[in-house]
Amino acid sequence: MFSSALMKRAGALAIAAALLPLSAAVAPSPSFAETQTFSKQGDPTPVKDEDGKYFDKNGAPTYKIQPDGTVDWFTYSGYRRYHAECHVCHGPDGMGSTYAPALIDSLKTLDFDHFQEVVVGGRQNVGGGNEKVMPSFGLNKNVMCYLDDIYVYLRARSDGALGRARPAKRENKSPATAEAEKACLGE
Amino acid sequence: MRRVVMVTAVAACSAFFGARAMANEGVLKLTQDPNQWVLQTGDYANTRHSKLKQINADNVGKLQAAWTFSTGVLRGHEGSPLVVGDTMYVHTPFPNIVYALDLNNEGRIIWKYEPKQDPNVIPVMCCDTVNRGLAYADGKIFLHQADTKVVALDAKTGKVLWSAVNGDPKKGETNTATVMPVGDKLLVGISGGEFGVRCHMTAYDMNSGKQVWRAYSMGPDNEILFDPEKTTSLGKPVGKDSSLKTWQGDQWKIGGGCTWGWYSYDPDTKTVYYGSGNPSTWNPAQRPGDNKWSMTIFARDADSGMAKWVYQMTPHDQWDYDGINEMILVDQEIDGKKRPLLVHFDRNGFAYTLDRKTGEVLLAEKYDPAVNWATKVDLDKNSPTYGRPLVVEKYSTQANGEDVNTTGVCPAALGTKDQQPASFSPQTGLFYVPTNHVCMDYEPFHVSYTPGQPYVGATLSMFPAPNSHGGMGNFIAWDARKGKIVWSNPEQFSVWSGALSTDGGIVFYGTLEGYLKAVDAKTGKELYRFKTPSGIIGNVMTYTHKGKQYVAVLSGVGGWAGIGLAAGLTDPNAGLGAVGGYSALSNYTALGGQLTVFALPD
Ligand code: HEC
Repeated sequence: MFSSALMKRAGALAIAAALLPLSAAVAPSPSFAETQTFSKQGDPTPVKDEDGKYFDKNGAPTYKIQPDGTVDWFTYSGYRRYHAECHVCHGPDGMGSTYAPALIDSLKTLDFDHFQEVVVGGRQNVGGGNEKVMPSFGLNKNVMCYLDDIYVYLRARSDGALGRARPAKRENKSPATAEAEKACLGE
Repeated sequence: MRRVVMVTAVAACSAFFGARAMANEGVLKLTQDPNQWVLQTGDYANTRHSKLKQINADNVGKLQAAWTFSTGVLRGHEGSPLVVGDTMYVHTPFPNIVYALDLNNEGRIIWKYEPKQDPNVIPVMCCDTVNRGLAYADGKIFLHQADTKVVALDAKTGKVLWSAVNGDPKKGETNTATVMPVGDKLLVGISGGEFGVRCHMTAYDMNSGKQVWRAYSMGPDNEILFDPEKTTSLGKPVGKDSSLKTWQGDQWKIGGGCTWGWYSYDPDTKTVYYGSGNPSTWNPAQRPGDNKWSMTIFARDADSGMAKWVYQMTPHDQWDYDGINEMILVDQEIDGKKRPLLVHFDRNGFAYTLDRKTGEVLLAEKYDPAVNWATKVDLDKNSPTYGRPLVVEKYSTQANGEDVNTTGVCPAALGTKDQQPASFSPQTGLFYVPTNHVCMDYEPFHVSYTPGQPYVGATLSMFPAPNSHGGMGNFIAWDARKGKIVWSNPEQFSVWSGALSTDGGIVFYGTLEGYLKAVDAKTGKELYRFKTPSGIIGNVMTYTHKGKQYVAVLSGVGGWAGIGLAAGLTDPNAGLGAVGGYSALSNYTALGGQLTVFALPD
């Protein structure tokens, strides 16, 4: 069921949130810091692999891109979902449009927790002749079941680890991931 | 001189207020007066051509900005102002403000109307909060707001005379289109194809706002207003349940087929023409069948709404090629015979020339050589695939299936042309068409439906047509009798502005960088350009005031173009790490909302 899967996610969220103060204290490794600025969430190095889904040391979902360019399933899935659900406002590849901000920049100031908050709850910024409304996706399974995926994709884009084009090579969807997806969609 | 004429015309209209036959005559007459511009489309036939010729090929090079007006809104500005007598009416994107400007008093604001709309409507509108403008009839200004409220305003005072609610934004129903006054009715469409809305065309009584008829794009015969015996397609009666038979189960209930384009009208036969949009979702595997009557040209009786004939251009859409672009009604000679034609430049890349009385397809040719998803439209009457496009397997997202990325499809989902309307010049017999020159990769996948939530189901990436000039648009002259391009001007960006041709032998259009351009109607040679403050996705119009000709256009980048092109496009074949392979629109222009009015120096 959708709700139980959400619960599971909410659980993960709570853990991530609990770990957050820690992450703020941990500076990204110096060798990385010299060459790139990470998204707000910090060091993306995966420390845990759950059936092809990767997590950083703070428990937030992260990407894994191999030297030959092979991306993990979630980065790839996030690419697809982003371009189906978010592209119509945020422009191709998270680059922004005349209508909504470039999410690859937004992630520099939004951690995973805040990212989720905006996507679930939406946000209004109206008046002044430039009406901007981020819809609330809390009830949309096509987004909520893929929130980690979209985040992981945008995180990779924001970190400069992934270019603008469609990922050419990817890991396969694990059976556990397929199960979880079905359960979330309620199918 | 003209002012006197105008005053009497308005007086005549108000004197006969309520006299039904007069309203129709009123609009028809006003559209025949080149000094005014009372419908977005210029005239009922959607020709966007003006008989004015003070500004012409010889002197257009001297054109200057005469005056400007800021709308106070910074979103995409589609459509154009209207001019009725000495008053100009300017509309804006959401919140859909209407200004009446006094042309006798340097554009002073006579009245302003600003509706209160729930901001939650904004994100339900696909691709920016555009509005394609007002219409005038019978002393009233008609506005169809984003939240689907239709309002009639007193043209003199801005007072609301009546309002009607055409849909429910909570279900994903919104509006971006203009309306068309016909006789004593107002024709009104609706958007929401990305939200699983079942769309329709609705006629309201012009004087009271009461609904007269509503015709859905899909569903049972009595809801789509079809007569199984009398409504024809390709010359044959459509038969019973012509729509229902082409959907699985009750998927037609969330079938799309939206009516957000332009509408035209033939007063001789009292027929209205318009097209319907994509079937929902974008994942074709989830909705087997031809999905009738999405992607269809409709000819309906204006009084009753009953369908006379229909023609589905893209059965079982697999690429989001909405059929909503304008239907231009002209009488031209084909094979030595003068025929009543309907010319339509479809998103799918084919330009169709039909007999508008019978619905017979006389010709269907690609108006961009890049178009590759179909080899041709089968026009052999004896063929089992008569009237259908012959789809190339390689580019069929249905054949390739869910979760497969179909690559190199031309045109992209935004079509060889989107809503940006073409013009027709009786002087040259040619059509002037703003086009996109963009291709795509398209990957459909499974989606679930939640009312009021987007129901898309495909990922796509777009790029300039390969092996061409590298730009993303062309402005072309088209001969609809032969189905041939006469000349073609390459443009760096998609041309997203409606064209205007005039008896001055020139054609105007705007560009996404913000240029207003004038070209020679015969050759396409550029005669004038002026860079306005923001990208142009509005349509060019012309009028006279105190005997002097003016040309006006709205600037304000946005819409699909602003979303798709702001950051530039990449070449998907450039591989990983490719950075902005093509020009980003954001390097040329920024948000704006401005009217620029041009004239020759005194
Ligand atoms: C209908 C248009 C629309 C869609 C679709 C949309 N967004 Fe937004 N989004 C906006 C707008 C507009 C803003 C800016 C709101 C503001 O100015 O406060 C925004 C803001 C955001 C922000 C905050 C950015 C910041 O810098 O603070 C995030 C995160 C975000 N969107 C994520 C998403 C994701 C993920 C999706 C797809 C699942 C998505 N959006 C789909 C319009 C949209």
